[in-house]
Amino acid sequence: MSVLVYTESENGKFKKNAFEVASYAKAVADELGTSVTAISINADENESLGNYGVSKVLNVSNENLNTFNAKAFANAISEAATSEGASAIILSSSTDTKFLAPIVAGKLKAGYVPNVVAAPESTSPFTVKRSAFSNKGFAQTQINTDIKVVGVSNNAFGAHENTTTASVEAFNPAISDADFSTKSVEVDKVVGKATIADADIVVSGGRGLKGPENWGMIEELADVLGAATACSKPVSDLGWRPHGEHVGQTGKPVASNLYIAIGISGAIQHLAGVSSSKVKVVINTDPEAPFFKAADYGIVGDAFEVIPQLIEKLKEFKAQNA
Amino acid sequence: MKILVCISNVPDTTSKINFTDGDTKFDSNGVQFVINPNDEFGLTRAMWFKEKQGASVHVATVGGPTTEPTIRKALAIGADEAFRVNAEPTDGFFVAEQLAEVVKNGNYDLVIAGRESIDYNGGMVPGILATLLDMNFVNTCIGLEIDGTNATAMREIDGGKEKLTTSLPLVIGGQKGLVEESDLRIPNMRGIMMARKKALTVIEPINASAATADTKFEKPAAKGAVKLVDNVDDLVNLLHNEAKAI
Repeated sequence: MSVLVYTESENGKFKKNAFEVASYAKAVADELGTSVTAISINADENESLGNYGVSKVLNVSNENLNTFNAKAFANAISEAATSEGASAIILSSSTDTKFLAPIVAGKLKAGYVPNVVAAPESTSPFTVKRSAFSNKGFAQTQINTDIKVVGVSNNAFGAHENTTTASVEAFNPAISDADFSTKSVEVDKVVGKATIADADIVVSGGRGLKGPENWGMIEELADVLGAATACSKPVSDLGWRPHGEHVGQTGKPVASNLYIAIGISGAIQHLAGVSSSKVKVVINTDPEAPFFKAADYGIVGDAFEVIPQLIEKLKEFKAQNA
Repeated sequence: MKILVCISNVPDTTSKINFTDGDTKFDSNGVQFVINPNDEFGLTRAMWFKEKQGASVHVATVGGPTTEPTIRKALAIGADEAFRVNAEPTDGFFVAEQLAEVVKNGNYDLVIAGRESIDYNGGMVPGILATLLDMNFVNTCIGLEIDGTNATAMREIDGGKEKLTTSLPLVIGGQKGLVEESDLRIPNMRGIMMARKKALTVIEPINASAATADTKFEKPAAKGAVKLVDNVDDLVNLLHNEAKAI
């Protein structure tokens, strides 16, 4: 018996969520009185997982897996779970991992609970707290199958150092041509910029910005903060910004440390989607905007005056605190 | 091409969420139910395949008789035929097993489900369904073209998008982008009248058990009052020293 964790990497480097899920796996393993095995795919510096409580790393090194493939990755994880006799499989909430998770669950006939926000309430029965109703509520969910698949929300449990020595073993799962019946042919991805899923800070604009030509200051503010840019639903529906930036109930969820909403009134669907963010700032001309009720800090004011001032102030702040 | 669109019956996005029976059940009192938005984008794309490529479009849901208005709406939008598996959709694994039976019996080439339902946010039905049936699968699908048995799909990824090639039979987890918001259809009177005559077949569930169970619900803790400031100096100061967010 063990707890298996899939630690996601990109271009060989572990993603931030890899250390969060490893930490979560360690908490589960401690409850179950067992140890953590990680599976990594084409990742470097596998020993670093030992800092987060991983005792063993199954390192898959296979050039056919340089590009993400949900089925092949899911098969590798499932095979590792079987060979390790894993009773729990811990996954992240990245888009790629949410793609492969149900395949793992389907193959292993395992109950899968995504969007988990805390360590298990109990391990017998195995019960976890997760967000539901697009963050308008939480559920305690019990998993009744022998193998439990847990998807941990981004930025919810956090990364916790727990020094262990991780032994690294090569792992060669059976990968067949059939795994590539769905094949990536082109990836169009912004490089060198924070994404909504991974960013510590997200700067988001709404209809109050009046038009796509005014997004320069949003991008500049995001640059100063090292933040990802996002937008409200009407803005993406109007085509001012790409769909990938739409955050809210039917768009992407945001679980950043800091969320700055500019010219967004705060429809219930938007507030639901961003409610997992730890600190929320709203800048809006309308003091009656519903977002003020959901925010931690607010400025009632015109974005076109406030944002340039904020950019200047933050540049000063960054220079002082560099 | 035979398409099955899987529909989930969910509270309207504007709904306030409350729980009842000692916080063990969702309180549906006064809640308006709709087609899950992620499913509706898929249904609308299916209509395009019907009109441009002669596909037949069926819809299926797993749920009790109260879900029928939502299914009738899908028929009014233009689906040809509907199935309702007469069981409470207790968890994603259970729903996927029920839908797998519908897909097997109907020999569908393409199954379109939403990326996730906006109520329980499980996000697992399309993936488990594809795995149970050994069909190809593309999640967070934002574009789909079919040519014979070949399919080209666009998928949303963190920070961008990815183009994939695959083939039928195929399951997709759809979302906004499959069609635009402005392409969504409001059923017209003729559609509503025709929907009444279309077949809505009730199927009894197969024997399957849920893999998970929600035992208790809670609402998020109430938020403290917003701290209003009137200049950016104070804001930056608070974000740094108090919130420790920058």
